[in-house]
Amino acid sequence: MSVLVVVECAEGEVKKSSLEVASYGAQVAAQLGTTATAIAVGGATEANLASLGEQGITKVLYDAEPRLKEFSNNAYTKLIATAAEQEQATIIVLANSNIGAAVGSRLSVRLKASLATNVVELPKTDGGQFVVKRGAFSGKAFSNVVLSGDRKIIAVKKNSTEARHEAGKIAEVVSFSAQLSDADFADAPTKVVMQEQAGGVLLPEAELVVSGGRGMKGPENWGLIEDLAKALGAATACSKPVSDVDWRPHHEHVGQTGITVSPNLYIACGISGAIQHLAGVNSSKVIVVINKDPEAPFFKAADYGIVGDVFEVLPKLTAAVKELN
Amino acid sequence: MKFLVCISNVPDTTTKIAFTPDNKEFNKAGVQFVINPWDEYALTRAIELKEAAGSGTVTVLNVGEADTEPNIRKALAIGADDAIRVNAAPQDAYFVAEQIAAVAKEGGYDVILMGKESIDYNGFQVHGMVGEMLGIPTVAPAMKLDLSGNTATLEREIEGGKEIVTVNTPFVASCQQPMCEPRIPNMRGIMTARTKPLKVIPPVGEPARTTVAEYALPPKKQGVKLIPAENAGDLIKLLRNEAKVI
Repeated sequence: MSVLVVVECAEGEVKKSSLEVASYGAQVAAQLGTTATAIAVGGATEANLASLGEQGITKVLYDAEPRLKEFSNNAYTKLIATAAEQEQATIIVLANSNIGAAVGSRLSVRLKASLATNVVELPKTDGGQFVVKRGAFSGKAFSNVVLSGDRKIIAVKKNSTEARHEAGKIAEVVSFSAQLSDADFADAPTKVVMQEQAGGVLLPEAELVVSGGRGMKGPENWGLIEDLAKALGAATACSKPVSDVDWRPHHEHVGQTGITVSPNLYIACGISGAIQHLAGVNSSKVIVVINKDPEAPFFKAADYGIVGDVFEVLPKLTAAVKELN
Repeated sequence: MKFLVCISNVPDTTTKIAFTPDNKEFNKAGVQFVINPWDEYALTRAIELKEAAGSGTVTVLNVGEADTEPNIRKALAIGADDAIRVNAAPQDAYFVAEQIAAVAKEGGYDVILMGKESIDYNGFQVHGMVGEMLGIPTVAPAMKLDLSGNTATLEREIEGGKEIVTVNTPFVASCQQPMCEPRIPNMRGIMTARTKPLKVIPPVGEPARTTVAEYALPPKKQGVKLIPAENAGDLIKLLRNEAKVI
């Protein structure tokens, strides 16, 4: 019995969400009295993988196959399944990302495992049951789910658990091969296109988010949102009406039918707070609402609020952040 | 080309979520159910591709009890040719995937489409499970889908970008915007939907692998602290010193 953690890497580094996953997996292993091994995908340097020891990982398996740098659902599933068999892993932990969740669902069938996605807390293992808490109803509720199989797969929601840092601890990096062939990569992308990110902060991974709604009056005013986001090191986002009229790209749309985020800070500018939007943001740790309408429903879901004109308030906030830095 | 579009019956997006007093079940009282919004992309795109090819069929599949039939008829009104309902309450993603895989195998479908996830249970699981059960590729979540012969070109969303993926039929894709503009039924569609075939079949397979022990609502906020607009800069100090988030 052991815990296997799937670690996603990009540009040679372990993604932040995967550091959280590594830490989560190590804590589950400690709960169950076993160790946590990681399997890396996406191509990281050996030094970066060794530093997963800081998260409590004892061993990292690394397959040097160059094609694993890009996502292939078939190849990743085979790689992780092979590693799980070798390590006799009964619990597999991944990020609830577009990679982790996609692979997790295939793996659950191949390994005959129970799967829970969008998990927000460590499991409860007392009383002979294995119970995880996960987000449901698009952020409007949670469900506690009993995973009944001998094998369990858990996809952990981003920014819902803290990555630990026991400085200086090193994991052993072990070379590993799943003997992947050409056929395994049949579903690999032929091309990968990355977006231009304002300030380089990706919304799904962001700890701070500045978001704009219809109250911004038009795409030409987004500079005010971007200025504050840049000063804070935040990602930018928007409400559904804004992406529907193409003021902003759809991948910035936060809400029930867009993406759900759970940053430490969500600043909503000129967003009234429809129930579908709140569903996408209500697991944010701190919510700030700026709206000229004191009756905007978003204020009821906020921690801090400013009743005022976003066009006057935003420059003041940006100036205050610059002063503080 | 035979399309199979899987639709789920979910609470309307404006629904305020509540549970039964023991927190064991979603409280359906007074709730309007709709076709899962993500599934609408799958349905409309399948109809568009069939129309563009000038041949083929679009079959709608739902795993649910009889109360889902109004939304199945709605899918037929939007333009699907026929429908299948697996007569069972959906227990979990694995159970639903088993039903879809069985129908897909039996009917020899070329393209199996569904929404990226359902907005009620948010599993983002069924597509991968179906693909694995059938031993065919899965592309999830797909933002764009084009077909040329039996080769499909898809755009798959990744954090911070997209991948272009080419696969041959049969395959599974889970769909999201901006794949197409979801259609709404017109009067002629509503009239013809009444007589389109809707087959009801019993469930198959193994029992569910997960069970919900209890639901919970998110904790309520303590109340908003208002900062006067003229002192907006004070907010930043509070975020640094009190909330400690920046």
